[in-house]
Amino acid sequence: MDVLYSSRPLWAVLVSMIAAFLILATGERNRNLRESWTILAALAKFLIVFSMIPVILQGKVIEYTIVTFYPGLLLQFRIDAFGMLFGVIASSLWIATSFYSIGYVRGLNEHAQTRYFFAFAMCLSSTIGIAFSANLLTFLVFYEILTIATYPLVIHKESKEGIIGGRKYLVYTLTAGCVLLFAIAMIYHMTGTLDFKAGGFLEGSGSSSVLIMLFAMLIFGFGVKAGLMPMHEWLPTAMVAPTPVSALLHAVAVVKAGVFGCLRVILYVFGPTLLHDLGIWLIMAYIASFTVVVAGFLALGQDHLKRRLAFSTINNLALIVVGAVLLTKSSMTGGIIHMANHAFMKITLFFCAGALHVKMHKDYVSQLDGIGRQMPLTMGAFALAAIGLSGIPPMSGFISKWFLCLGALEANQIIFLFVFLTSAMLDVAFFFPIIYNSFFKKPMDDVATHFDEAPMLMVIPLVITALFTIIFGIVPDAFFRFFSITSLAVQNIMGVG
Amino acid sequence: MLEYIISKYNFWIYVILMMIGLYAMMGKRNFVKKLIGMNIFQSAIILFFVSTGVKAGATVPILSGHGHGHGHELIEVAKYINPLPHVLMLTAIVVSIATTGVALAVLILIYRRYNTLEEDEILKIRKDTGV
Amino acid sequence: MAEQFAALVIVVPLIASLFVPLIGWWKKELCYPWVVAVLVVPLISSLGVLNTVMTTGKFSYRLGGWAPPWGIEYMLDHLSAFVLVIVSFISLIVAIYAKKSVEDELPEKTVPFYTLFLLLVTGLLGIVITGDVFNLFVFLEISALSCYALIAIGEEGAPIAAFNYIIIGTIGACFYLLGVGYLYIATGSLNMADLANILPDLYHSKVILIAFAFFTVGVAVKAGLFPLHVWLPDAYCTAPSAVSALIAPLMTKVAAYVMIRVMFTVFQPHFSVDIVPVFAILGWLAVFAIFFGGIKALAQTDLKRMLVYIVVAEVGYIVIGVSVANRMGLTGAVLHIMNDAVMMACLFLVVGAIFYKTGTRDIHQLRYLNKKMPFTMAAFTITALSMVGIPPACGFFSKWYLILGSIEAGQWVWAATLLCSSLINAVLFFRVIECAYFKPMEPAYAHDGGTHEEIQRDEAPLTMLVPIVIMAAGVILLGLFSGNIISSVIQFAVPASF
Repeated sequence: MDVLYSSRPLWAVLVSMIAAFLILATGERNRNLRESWTILAALAKFLIVFSMIPVILQGKVIEYTIVTFYPGLLLQFRIDAFGMLFGVIASSLWIATSFYSIGYVRGLNEHAQTRYFFAFAMCLSSTIGIAFSANLLTFLVFYEILTIATYPLVIHKESKEGIIGGRKYLVYTLTAGCVLLFAIAMIYHMTGTLDFKAGGFLEGSGSSSVLIMLFAMLIFGFGVKAGLMPMHEWLPTAMVAPTPVSALLHAVAVVKAGVFGCLRVILYVFGPTLLHDLGIWLIMAYIASFTVVVAGFLALGQDHLKRRLAFSTINNLALIVVGAVLLTKSSMTGGIIHMANHAFMKITLFFCAGALHVKMHKDYVSQLDGIGRQMPLTMGAFALAAIGLSGIPPMSGFISKWFLCLGALEANQIIFLFVFLTSAMLDVAFFFPIIYNSFFKKPMDDVATHFDEAPMLMVIPLVITALFTIIFGIVPDAFFRFFSITSLAVQNIMGVG
Repeated sequence: MLEYIISKYNFWIYVILMMIGLYAMMGKRNFVKKLIGMNIFQSAIILFFVSTGVKAGATVPILSGHGHGHGHELIEVAKYINPLPHVLMLTAIVVSIATTGVALAVLILIYRRYNTLEEDEILKIRKDTGV
Repeated sequence: MAEQFAALVIVVPLIASLFVPLIGWWKKELCYPWVVAVLVVPLISSLGVLNTVMTTGKFSYRLGGWAPPWGIEYMLDHLSAFVLVIVSFISLIVAIYAKKSVEDELPEKTVPFYTLFLLLVTGLLGIVITGDVFNLFVFLEISALSCYALIAIGEEGAPIAAFNYIIIGTIGACFYLLGVGYLYIATGSLNMADLANILPDLYHSKVILIAFAFFTVGVAVKAGLFPLHVWLPDAYCTAPSAVSALIAPLMTKVAAYVMIRVMFTVFQPHFSVDIVPVFAILGWLAVFAIFFGGIKALAQTDLKRMLVYIVVAEVGYIVIGVSVANRMGLTGAVLHIMNDAVMMACLFLVVGAIFYKTGTRDIHQLRYLNKKMPFTMAAFTITALSMVGIPPACGFFSKWYLILGSIEAGQWVWAATLLCSSLINAVLFFRVIECAYFKPMEPAYAHDGGTHEEIQRDEAPLTMLVPIVIMAAGVILLGLFSGNIISSVIQFAVPASF
């Protein structure tokens, strides 16, 4: 494989970190300047990441070594197709979220805005670091930074609820971090290397019981952030955070980092062949499927809109894991591309929830009767994204579901076909009442019947992300080349296995 | 057995002294007694060191009449006791005196503050004042 | 030139300390610049020594020109040069910091404070540099004596803590001295290098075993290793801020250094690992130390007392690294000597600054401190994260090597202990961070975006802030450059037989 040595990955990570400190230095004194740092960094980061797509599509990888600690132990970036995909998702959605955040915090006149933007930029920095990391150590480093950078955001409200949510978040994620540290140290001890390799690098390095234990530990460590049951408890609790945080971090960056980690472990550390040999893939698929179905049912019972979305997130993340762990070409394609599709759809949904909160101070599903007349753009976008998540064509969600179902058939595991279909039905069941109520029910007393939208800084990003979900449904390869990148990643993995 | 004990009597004495010192440091509730225990403890070790330099029938390691170039006759090592442990113990004695000095100064400080050197009483006073 | 550096490290602070009373008698204010200026010398000299060691390998310095094994020899290899730099650097930083803190806490005792401060530093440097086991005892006592006195001038309860420390510290030193005595009986030598040559033939002698046992216990007392730590919490906690900031990072670390020296230089690893089962015992004691320290720390509401118990736990880290007795573990241990010294120094400096500004150390009264003292709290947060083991701060890396070492040695419980300790530290520090940054606001203030009464910024004075910021920056930088430090220094400091 061709390797291109370039410092671009480093800059992609650093740009938001630098911005974070500029934000801190600027402070409350000059809000516009502070926000312009955010926007500038978001754009710069996206451009850097975007400029690397063609290189990746040529089948090359981009590498940059920051420091070497010990032989085989280094902080290194290596962008392969899979990492690129995650990088593009995170950096592109950060732009949307930046605008939206500004609208949101100003709309609510939030306190501690500097801290908010600072932590946000740090989060993105570490997310890109995770996406581009070349080995488990680098991954862990950025994963832990992400944990810490997210904490001030979760706790942002500084209410009792927020602090408890923050504590829960820390307990879950730091415990996971410790388990990961141990597992990674074990792997280093066994193999002397930590580099990700398409198709896995652990084969033949230890007895099967040790490998199974390692797999369990790694999946536990990453699964906590990915909200895999039974480690999902923190995610709904963390929904006390401001909505843009929930949107970007809890639908895109943090939980996706978890899923990304799971997929890295499944496909790049253990690899399809080894998982087949160990026979744990099926168990893993069942566990994730259990999460898919149960999270779907739990979502049905939530009246708080953001909590409902949180459970939907848990449901979709598990879908991605199921897709990867079925270990067939189509299922992997479906799983990986669902990372992108789900990101765009879920962020739209969260944006809508935030718009409702800012404009109407409504947080509950039962309060949304007739609100579509007052806020048609918001609710329209919501409807589009919800339809997409349910897997109805021509939305992007359909593409991923299609490949997932194909994958289940390829793997000769019909039961997972039913899991995917059940999940789609559940999506319909918990989203459609919202759409129906908001558009067709008699408006509640406090809802205006004329057009009265949330601030434009919020509405425009959410409309754009909603439009993307359609575009990706019709042309999956548009703009960001998600589909090509995904295929390339799958090729790399299967090429070895 | 008795032979064994007697032949190494210097070790037994230092161990007994050391245990006395240790007991005083641990068991006594009066700070001055603790301090005296510490001194006994240190002295025991000093005695131990000094005794290691001793040789039966040997004398002090001072060479008389051998100075300035005309001392070519052989020096018999067995005739003189080993001076090095003694020299080391000079240093150790200085250290032990300095320690005692610091400890006494600290005790004066304690006495000024609490008007007593009994540990129990001090604990009681500190408890009563809520510190 | 390098030879002279080795002498300067000790001689300059020792002689300078005698001048402090004279200078203080003439003009009290001059003590501070004098001490700071003097402490620059050991730092530069030890950097020079480290440089020489790195380029030309280890060398020795004969004090007074007497040839070893009769004369006292200073032994300068990678390990001692490395620890010398740490000790001299941190003592300089603390000296810079001490000004305001001492003026505030000990207004009438500045002159004795600075005198003892220099003596203490001399003692610590001497312990590290010397290649003679008896000379080491003398330096041990120099540092201990000045330390007793420095602690005794602290707050309420300090004299009693100091007296207990004197008693137990003396027992420790005496045990060490006994070890020296037995070694001398058996070998007739006090020089470390010489002993290392003579001892292998005597490894199965009972005298040597007893000497080793006395050494181990004596050093464990000095290092505050559980269960011999009882003197430590009270003594460190009641000492004046500037004193705690010096002794908490350095005293236990230097004792740990002595442990490594005795076990791997005086005695060969072969003896300490294969012949005596000492590491199994020490390792498990370290496990208890970590849990005990962590749990006791959880029970404290006084920030300084909490940190003091963490010191007890951190000693356990180093001892675990020594006890696994392999390359990775020992690398971790040596790295942790540095990392922990820097982190502890930073934390104690921060606590001192907080106490200076607010007059309290109760963690529940730290509210809004992030607004009052943003830089101090930022430094605290960075260091706290490092203690928890969040990369790329330095704490992560020592933990990483320690865990690798434990895994290599097959000591799963020790590895698990290190991980648990991270979690305990997380609880400890996030509790403080939560109080300082995120204390729930009253509902009335909840959503008005900073329009309520502005909390005035009230940052610590520059002489305090600069050292704090330097240390906090060090926490990050030492983490990022830990690879370089290991490859250029520590890997040579670890015994070659591993």
